[in-house]
Amino acid sequence: MFGQPTSPRIRAALAGTLSAGLIFGLAACGDGGDDESGSTDASASAIDCAPYTKFGDIKGKTVTIYTGIVTPEDTPHIESYKPFENCTGATIKYEGDKSFETQILVRARAGNPPDLAIVPQPGLVKQLVSTGKAVAAPQEVSDNVDKFWDKAWKSYTTIDGKFYGAPLGASVKSLVWYSPQEFKDGGYTVPTTLDELKALSDKIAASGKKPWCAGIASGDATGWPVTDWMEDFMLRTAGPEKYDDWVSHKIPFNGPEATAALDAVGGYLKNDAYVNGGLGDVKSIATTTFQDAGLQIIDGNCSLHRQASFYAANFDKSTKVAEDGDVFAFYLPGPDANTKPVLGAGEFVVAFADRPEVKAFQTYLSSDVWANTKAKLSSGWVSANKGLDPNNLTNPIDKLAGTILLDPKATFRFDGSDQMPAAVGSDAFWKQSTAWITGQDTATTLNNIEKAWPK
Amino acid sequence: MFNTASTTPEKILQMLSALLLFAAVMGVILFIAGRFGGRKGDRVVAYLYLLPVVLLLAVGLVYPGLRTIYQSFFDAAGDAFIGFDNYGTIFSDPDQLTVLRNTVIWVVLVPFLATAIGLVYAILVDKSRFESFAKTLVFLPMAISMVAAGVIWKFMYEYRPDQGTVKQIGLVNQVIVWLGGKPIQLLIDSPLNTLLLIVVLIWIQAGFAMTILSASIKAIPDDIIEAARLDGVNAWQMFRSITLPSVQPTVVVVLTTVGIATLKVFDIVRTMTGGNFKTSVVANEFYRQTFNADNQGLGAALATLLFLLVIPIVWYNVRQLRRSEAR
Repeated sequence: MFGQPTSPRIRAALAGTLSAGLIFGLAACGDGGDDESGSTDASASAIDCAPYTKFGDIKGKTVTIYTGIVTPEDTPHIESYKPFENCTGATIKYEGDKSFETQILVRARAGNPPDLAIVPQPGLVKQLVSTGKAVAAPQEVSDNVDKFWDKAWKSYTTIDGKFYGAPLGASVKSLVWYSPQEFKDGGYTVPTTLDELKALSDKIAASGKKPWCAGIASGDATGWPVTDWMEDFMLRTAGPEKYDDWVSHKIPFNGPEATAALDAVGGYLKNDAYVNGGLGDVKSIATTTFQDAGLQIIDGNCSLHRQASFYAANFDKSTKVAEDGDVFAFYLPGPDANTKPVLGAGEFVVAFADRPEVKAFQTYLSSDVWANTKAKLSSGWVSANKGLDPNNLTNPIDKLAGTILLDPKATFRFDGSDQMPAAVGSDAFWKQSTAWITGQDTATTLNNIEKAWPK
Repeated sequence: MFNTASTTPEKILQMLSALLLFAAVMGVILFIAGRFGGRKGDRVVAYLYLLPVVLLLAVGLVYPGLRTIYQSFFDAAGDAFIGFDNYGTIFSDPDQLTVLRNTVIWVVLVPFLATAIGLVYAILVDKSRFESFAKTLVFLPMAISMVAAGVIWKFMYEYRPDQGTVKQIGLVNQVIVWLGGKPIQLLIDSPLNTLLLIVVLIWIQAGFAMTILSASIKAIPDDIIEAARLDGVNAWQMFRSITLPSVQPTVVVVLTTVGIATLKVFDIVRTMTGGNFKTSVVANEFYRQTFNADNQGLGAALATLLFLLVIPIVWYNVRQLRRSEAR
């Protein structure tokens, strides 16, 4: 009736909106990868080539390696491959991708996998092996792992009796960040047992300050820091053997051991007298990002923050991370001073090809030579490789993590949620932990996770 | 050339080769098409031009669509046929029911509120002195990606406790404090948090509704308006009897277009709450089940459900567009 001239205008307007969206979409596709390649002493140093040349002449051959490690952490990686490239004449093609964890499965299933992948979770290694595309590690790598790693590490990538990949880096999760200056001023001492930790928290709380700060928001992975807390307490209240049974679901997720562990965590995280320094009440833990929470120590609003060694990267450059600096960490103590369970994580190198050059490079990555080269090149990196000389670790927090990992009294256990089936480890455990923080009781939380475990 | 490119020059090279390939394919089609002439030839040419589109749609849309529907009848690993069990889960599991409830709230509120706000705004600023400036202001959010909008509003709703020297950093809570209230954790309590997320999409879509409706209002012939004025109508009567009936087809198109966008909402929920605190919607849950929980069956079922929900709206939308163009 009246509408006739309308449509062309509408279409023009529609076209305008659509193209605006397209331009913004395209702009988002730009990438910020600029390569910095400068040789340092460590990467230029010559190594003994015999272990690698015995695989044959691999000069001019190329090995592709695909990882989730991107700028700036990729530079020391690429640099640490140089001694191998120089002595064998092979080329390593490095590819870092932020969405590695979903893409590697897509690529393996589609039959287009890289030669090697750096996989950060044992659970994902299992998924990759189940695609049938991963190949078992060569004998040389297996020998290196027997020689340089605690045997717990080998079990994480041994599937149906076959060993699939050597560990690469490692991180320590059983750490509590604190301010050395505040400890000095307040006359506090670093606790060596769980009881002392509780006493210290009470002491700080009595001074009118909320001792702990915590944050679990992390996009769609919101909740994961609680899973670390619970695993740490499971190791301490139930012991490493029960912990293994719980992770592999030999005992139920909602059994008495797990209930006791989560309630112990609740003694800290759901205790209004303890949390959430500078950030609000218990519920505020759910909306505070894990990156932000610990910064309250610098602001003086909180005294203690439990988070892994990699948290050092969250403090800005002017903050000195050292025993005599602005902030440092201590080992989250065990039930008594002589029992030292350590919760940690790490990466594994999984191969999808068994050409000589791939095997040679795998062998190099599992050696003490590589671990020491890498340690000299990077900061914020450690390995549980026993051949690693702690003196090669430059910054104080790496040194602390290295010492904890290589302590003969320590009992290392890998992050449990990384080994559980995805429906639990990267879904129900996170979601239910978040609900637990915002008010859900312990029994309901654990029952819901147990229900989600794939039958 | 078809391997994954990692450096910028490689990516540019890859893009150029894709463009070359496209040009080559088009060249071949044009060449073949050029060899046909006459009346019968026109038909062949038309089919030839349709061929690439049909092929790409088949590979990129039809096949994955059918495959997803097929997968939705299988279990988490995609191995065992389980019939309609996944759909049963969607309509019985308490978590999934919350997801459905939220999706309904979104689909009811966003299109109507965004369209209403857009319409009122378009009428108010119509023929005023600041019209283009006022319209630009409301249209701006449309140029912001949903993720960016989510991040911006997350800061708006940010909470800091009422404690010592701690200062608010979120605008909404600061206003509450100025008015003498205590800061609230806006994104935690359901269903308030869902409503606050809905505000973000309305903020984005109102500009779209306003632009389209404004164009439609301007197209109302002046003689009708003048005739109405001579009859002595007041502002309300003008709106009720002249403006609204004239733009009614456009209103329907806007409502349905925004409705489709709302059904697919994902970015806002994922950026602002990650679907936690009972704010998840179907599109977010589908992603979560597929990629986080590794439950391909349930993920596919949710995607299929979303598809089924969108179809009637798309159908209605296309019918309306055709009808308004036929006039």
